[in-house]
Amino acid sequence: MIVLTMPARWNPDRHRLRSLAETKMVGCPEIADKLMTADEAVSRFIRDGCQLAIGGFSITRNPMAIAYEIVRQRVRDLHIVCHSHGQALDVLIGAGCVKRLEIAYGGNGRYAPTCVRFRKAVERSEIQFEDYSNFQISLRFLAGSLGMPFIPSRSGLGSDILGLDGFTPEVRAEPKVACKKYAKVQNPFREDEEVVLLPPLTPDVSVIHAQYVGDDGTVRIKGLTFVDVEQAKAADAVIVTCEEIVPRSFIREDPDQNCLPAFFVDAIVKVPYGAHPTACFNFYDYDPMHLNMYHQMAADDERFEEYLDAWVYGVRTWEEYLEKVGVDRLLEIKANPTIGYAPGLVRK
Amino acid sequence: MLEYSDNEMMALAAGRLVRNGAIVFAGTGVSMLATTAAKRIFAPGAVIFFESGGIDPSLSEIPMAVADPRVMSGTSVNSGLIDAFSIAGHRRFHTIAFLGAAQIDRYGNLNSTCIGDYFKPATRFSGSGGSNDVASFASEVIAFLRHEKRRFVEKLDYLTSVGWYRGSDSRKKLGLERGGMTAVVTNLGVLKFKDDSKEMYLSEYFPGVSIDRIIENTGFEIDTSAAVEAAAPTAEQLTILRQEVDPQHLICHA
Repeated sequence: MIVLTMPARWNPDRHRLRSLAETKMVGCPEIADKLMTADEAVSRFIRDGCQLAIGGFSITRNPMAIAYEIVRQRVRDLHIVCHSHGQALDVLIGAGCVKRLEIAYGGNGRYAPTCVRFRKAVERSEIQFEDYSNFQISLRFLAGSLGMPFIPSRSGLGSDILGLDGFTPEVRAEPKVACKKYAKVQNPFREDEEVVLLPPLTPDVSVIHAQYVGDDGTVRIKGLTFVDVEQAKAADAVIVTCEEIVPRSFIREDPDQNCLPAFFVDAIVKVPYGAHPTACFNFYDYDPMHLNMYHQMAADDERFEEYLDAWVYGVRTWEEYLEKVGVDRLLEIKANPTIGYAPGLVRK
Repeated sequence: MLEYSDNEMMALAAGRLVRNGAIVFAGTGVSMLATTAAKRIFAPGAVIFFESGGIDPSLSEIPMAVADPRVMSGTSVNSGLIDAFSIAGHRRFHTIAFLGAAQIDRYGNLNSTCIGDYFKPATRFSGSGGSNDVASFASEVIAFLRHEKRRFVEKLDYLTSVGWYRGSDSRKKLGLERGGMTAVVTNLGVLKFKDDSKEMYLSEYFPGVSIDRIIENTGFEIDTSAAVEAAAPTAEQLTILRQEVDPQHLICHA
């Protein structure tokens, strides 16, 4: 059971996000050493130049609270590895946190067919980038999670994805960067076929946003898991942000629903609405108005800075961020938990 | 005469190509409208799935991205990308992929990556996502593009997803044993591919569209000798599209 008592040191002028996490620690002795604020998780695990995998997919379950915190702490030179990514990726690139990118897709669906700051950064040669396909990136995380030396596939044959390398030999000499984008070899079991071998991905850190973490540290994602589980298992360290911390009795009553045991997880951060403005199945929908506003502001360098000032640098705590979003909007996007999204939400 | 938008005509023209029992992979935008139209109007026994891992969702509301929570609701199975790709190329199933792109060439190869030089592009797009993968493995691909000269090009700026590669049996020689593009649906008509050479030809022009207009908007020579006028949407089909598939007119009105 989580006991919601006020810690003795509570004081309204203190950093409220910290007080929220401390409140939770009271009832969670098993994960007391892993429960922390976004601020602490980023400063402890995400270093300048590290290789980072972010969870979610385009407009769903982006770990936004961590992305904003990375921006706030002005982390630099990140090497991001991802399949189809949207909002968190775009904010990180726009804020100048990203040096290098391995990517299959940068878009927010209707709300940005191509992510705006990603597009600008590539067009202006501000980042190093290399394209793969979604299946290729997924397989690379799978290989990383299984400790496999490489993984074969037929994806990419005949395309420029295999024809054009993005990284220079100097980049390829760096740790955690594969020495080749791929290798083409003869299938050892079939003489008439060539196959593509892909290098594994083993990021320094994976960050994912889940609906539930048990007070024993077990992780449960509802809806689609995308490649989040493989990304987490492939990484050296894992940060999980979540909507709710739930009792062990709840999370172990139906273990078929769970996707990661506690020992994979290094940091647990409770941030309700922590994927906003992207969706979190059963909890809330994406926020179309916010995504449209972002799309407009991101198109202009100065207005993008205004966006960051207003929504990232100018916000001290997660509660302050949610206050800024406003209760009306939070109620509009609140999911009907029997359907998973907000039916009738205006999505223009 | 009935009024309808380009996207409505495109969705219906593509939806007709799906038969019952097909397993349909949906991309974003018009693809989303077309796959939903296919299931609601032409092939109720078809199954729609998404690369994000949502299999056979209820689609009570139209998704705005392949990771929209609407692709996770009312599904038979919620999974992830690896599971989705295991279906796209599965030898037991007839799979059809609906894909959008920025450019196409006469052999149905697609570009969804960039215009200009890859390293310093004039315009960068989203990238492959799962497009390359399903173009490689699905039994059929149906592509959606605006019919413009800058999109129907002699040479792609970047080959993201393989269609018939360089024509004839060149796709098979790459090691891609099945599949290939079967149709391109544009705002002007439907294009298909010749059995032997795999070159694109005009199969249907939409009501009110002249063949000359299609030739003018295609950046390579196109055979129009077999072209016939496409059937116009019926009032009933448009009602289903507007009232059931896309009541907010998020995609219909374009």
